[in-house]
Amino acid sequence: MGYTIAEKILLSHTGKKDIKPGEFIEAKVDLALGNDITAPLAIEEFRKSGFTRVFNHKKIVLVPDHFAPAKDLKSANQCKVLADFAREQKIENYFEVGCMGIEHALLPEMGLVLPGDLVIGADSHTCTYGALGCFSTGVGSTDLARAYIDGKCWFKVPTTVKFVYKGKLAKWVGGKDLILYTIGQIGVDGAIYKVMEFTGDVIRALSMDDRFTMSNMAIEAGGVTGIIEPDGVTRDYVKEVQGAKHKVQSYKRRVKDLKSDADAQYEKIYEWDVSKLEPQVACPHLPSNVKGVGKLKDIKVDQVVIGSCTNGRISDLRLAAKILKGRKAKAGVRLIVIPATQKIYAQAVSEGLADIFVKAGGVFSTPTCGPCLGGHVGILTEGERCIATTNRNFIGRMGSPKSEVYLSGPAVAAASAIKGKISHPGSL
Amino acid sequence: MRRHPLLKGRSVIRVRYSIIGLLRKMIIKGKVHKFGNDINTDDIIAAKYLVTTDDAELGRHCMENIAPEFALKVVKGDIIVAGKNFGCGSSREHAPRALKGCGVSAVIAKSFARIFFRNAINIGMPFLESNDADKIAEGDSLEIDLANGIIKNLDKSEVYKTQPFPEFLQEIVREGGLMGYIKKNV
Repeated sequence: MGYTIAEKILLSHTGKKDIKPGEFIEAKVDLALGNDITAPLAIEEFRKSGFTRVFNHKKIVLVPDHFAPAKDLKSANQCKVLADFAREQKIENYFEVGCMGIEHALLPEMGLVLPGDLVIGADSHTCTYGALGCFSTGVGSTDLARAYIDGKCWFKVPTTVKFVYKGKLAKWVGGKDLILYTIGQIGVDGAIYKVMEFTGDVIRALSMDDRFTMSNMAIEAGGVTGIIEPDGVTRDYVKEVQGAKHKVQSYKRRVKDLKSDADAQYEKIYEWDVSKLEPQVACPHLPSNVKGVGKLKDIKVDQVVIGSCTNGRISDLRLAAKILKGRKAKAGVRLIVIPATQKIYAQAVSEGLADIFVKAGGVFSTPTCGPCLGGHVGILTEGERCIATTNRNFIGRMGSPKSEVYLSGPAVAAASAIKGKISHPGSL
Repeated sequence: MRRHPLLKGRSVIRVRYSIIGLLRKMIIKGKVHKFGNDINTDDIIAAKYLVTTDDAELGRHCMENIAPEFALKVVKGDIIVAGKNFGCGSSREHAPRALKGCGVSAVIAKSFARIFFRNAINIGMPFLESNDADKIAEGDSLEIDLANGIIKNLDKSEVYKTQPFPEFLQEIVREGGLMGYIKKNV
């Protein structure tokens, strides 16, 4: 019986000869990630258990990004826990404000995650790197503490559901629309305990940034990870981020068998022709409450957020800037643009995108998860409504439990900022 | 891979099949607080409170966004009964810790989101999957036999069966969570 790409990666990280879905395994991880919310708890558990040295300081990544730059005294303390632990354990991959970024944009950009890797992160959106052909998944703080000790993690081998996207995407439709459509179709528990494998002509034609957006939101359908077989787009991306470190032969060896076998077992296969798909919007208060933008009439917004681990990459900012160029956000609408990493931030400045956002009356922030989880830089009060390129629209996610969050891609968000209500970018 | 000095020469994982004593004694009794489907971890503990690792402090804000009165009326030992996909969303382990911190002794739901599931196992927070969750009402008194996966509804004289955890997970639960299990097995 053949294996899916996800099963192959898991198998290669155990000492076993074979694995099957449902089985419990212990696997060696290539990287263990924590942030300013989850790592302090992991470090506390690690210390409480009497351990003093991490298993391998090169395989641990610490990124203060959620409440950084520290929003208040308590979050400053949490960020300091990370800095101190990094120094004590000689962890090189600790990223301080000034070189940091939102973890799930930062790690791929730094070349820290590669096709075939097994990555765990104490953050649910760790599934993002599936776009590179990784088995990457979110875990808890205690899982992270355990990985600090022996570099391992327990898994129940998941089944895989395949999503085949056919056709050709219409103008203004991208990765965010595809994943919102998918979650809308299968629900917030549609892929619970399962790997989502994205494939088809439409995926092959997607940029790496759009693929990251799709894999990022696999968790919003309950998925373990959202995986895409590596191809030429993946290769070009890895080559670019690795620079001089890139070795053609070792990359070829790495991806050689990184595809699902022809006789691999899938729990279910969905096939959709998405040629007629219009930009999608998830309405309050679940990411599965998805409608085509054309169905939303006169939904006024108080705030627009463009950023996050889902849509804060350079192509997202370029798309938003293309729409906002020479235009202004409607009076009374707060436009907040947050590049996901320092590199993207610098790029947006040198390409003139920052200038466009600022002249449109927007805020152009340093990288942070910030408003996405109701942290800082754009909290909503009672009765306010926001359209955001983020990933969750749960009750109170961005502030008051009496506020509302709509989710969309950067094109709809930018158009909505200009019109002051949720709008199709083609309507401008 | 360089092994940790404490683990040298030993296998980290030794699955033992014989001990069920501790689990057998795990009987939980409490009154029910009902919740719906897709209760996410932002509902359980909002992100603004994730600036502490203290369970009791987290517990004071448990369910605040969707049931502001919950943390005030919950009594030590009480049980949460919910629908499908309990604990979806963010990976924050602070969610099961907040439940523990405000005195919740167990969660029964039709299904659990994956990361919440592993967090609850890892910190030794008891939970059970049962399709009979719908039959249980707010305020019912339950008695849960964790080892055998049996839920007794003391008010309705009903008994609901659930699937006991696979042996590997029972082993972790018996050691009080993942860290206890790792310490025991190194």
